[in-house]
Amino acid sequence: MIVEREDRVRLTEAEQRARRNRSLAIGAVLVGLVVIFYFVTLAKMAS
Amino acid sequence: MIEVGELTLVDAQAPIASPAAISLSEPKDFVALLKPRVMSLVVLTALTGLVVAPVTMHPTLAVISILAIAIGAGAAGALNMWYDADIDAMMTRTAKRPVPTGRVSGEAALAFGLALSLLSVCLLGLASNWFAAAFLAFTIFFYAVVYTMGLKRSTPQNIVIGGAAGAFPPMIGYAAATGTVSPESIILFLIIFLWTPPHFWALALFKLRDYGTANVPMLPNVAGERATRIQIFAYSLVLAPVGVAPFILGYAGPVYGAASILLGLNFLRHAFAVLKMADGDAKMIPAKKLFGFSILYLFGLFAMLLVDAALKVALGG
Repeated sequence: MIVEREDRVRLTEAEQRARRNRSLAIGAVLVGLVVIFYFVTLAKMAS
Repeated sequence: MIEVGELTLVDAQAPIASPAAISLSEPKDFVALLKPRVMSLVVLTALTGLVVAPVTMHPTLAVISILAIAIGAGAAGALNMWYDADIDAMMTRTAKRPVPTGRVSGEAALAFGLALSLLSVCLLGLASNWFAAAFLAFTIFFYAVVYTMGLKRSTPQNIVIGGAAGAFPPMIGYAAATGTVSPESIILFLIIFLWTPPHFWALALFKLRDYGTANVPMLPNVAGERATRIQIFAYSLVLAPVGVAPFILGYAGPVYGAASILLGLNFLRHAFAVLKMADGDAKMIPAKKLFGFSILYLFGLFAMLLVDAALKVALGG
């Protein structure tokens, strides 16, 4: 059971949007890194 | 806050974060921390260093190496913006940057810069070699610590010595391909190193008050406008022939040779106009023109080196 505080900060729409955009960007960067390291491995194996 | 089984107890007296502490940072604010325009110049110069190297890299590894160098340059930019937020807030040119406006917190900028530094160095080491990676690490350190934290606020020679950080990328690109440095890559370094003072001092001339307000000891604020104009012309006199050196030394062909002579003569013409500028000139048009042309000059020289290298390949040289 979780006791919620009445005065807990609630994110505004702008804050939620900014957080969502940051999360999406971090996700995209992580996927990009996976792709980069995959291709580095392939190229290293080929050369 | 204490968790007991499924029950979470909350201390009602504990302070809560103020709404102002909740981040409104957007991804574009973090992109701005990377100084994208500086990055584009780094990409061009590093690519040139890599292309003129006598060793051909695997294309995938070459692209990823350039990406790593660009990320490293961006990381150095983020660390610079973290440390310089106080003086950036005082200058019109930099007041709208993410940290002074509060769009990105100082802590976030620092963490971002450090994380990207580590990532870029490791990526370059894996994609090319660890000598190039160490060179990139040194360059980030030189820009963020030696220049930003040390030289910038302490000496009017700040951008002369600190300019080395901006001049290393073609050497890193060359090192990524060859694992070493050579006279050829040192010439590329020298072109940017000698270009930096006239480029930044032209800017400092027409942003004199900005730097004065922020207490940054740029040459015009310390030595005066006349001394700065003389220094700009003196550096330009050395820069123009060094710009032609790749042709004279046989590293580049006649297409580059002709372009570098034309660009160099134009640079000297603009620098001479700055030299002739009156003290206290309110509009500083020649300084603004030199600043604008200096960017074109550097882009032009390195782009022509790439064209020259492409011509060599096309002609089977």
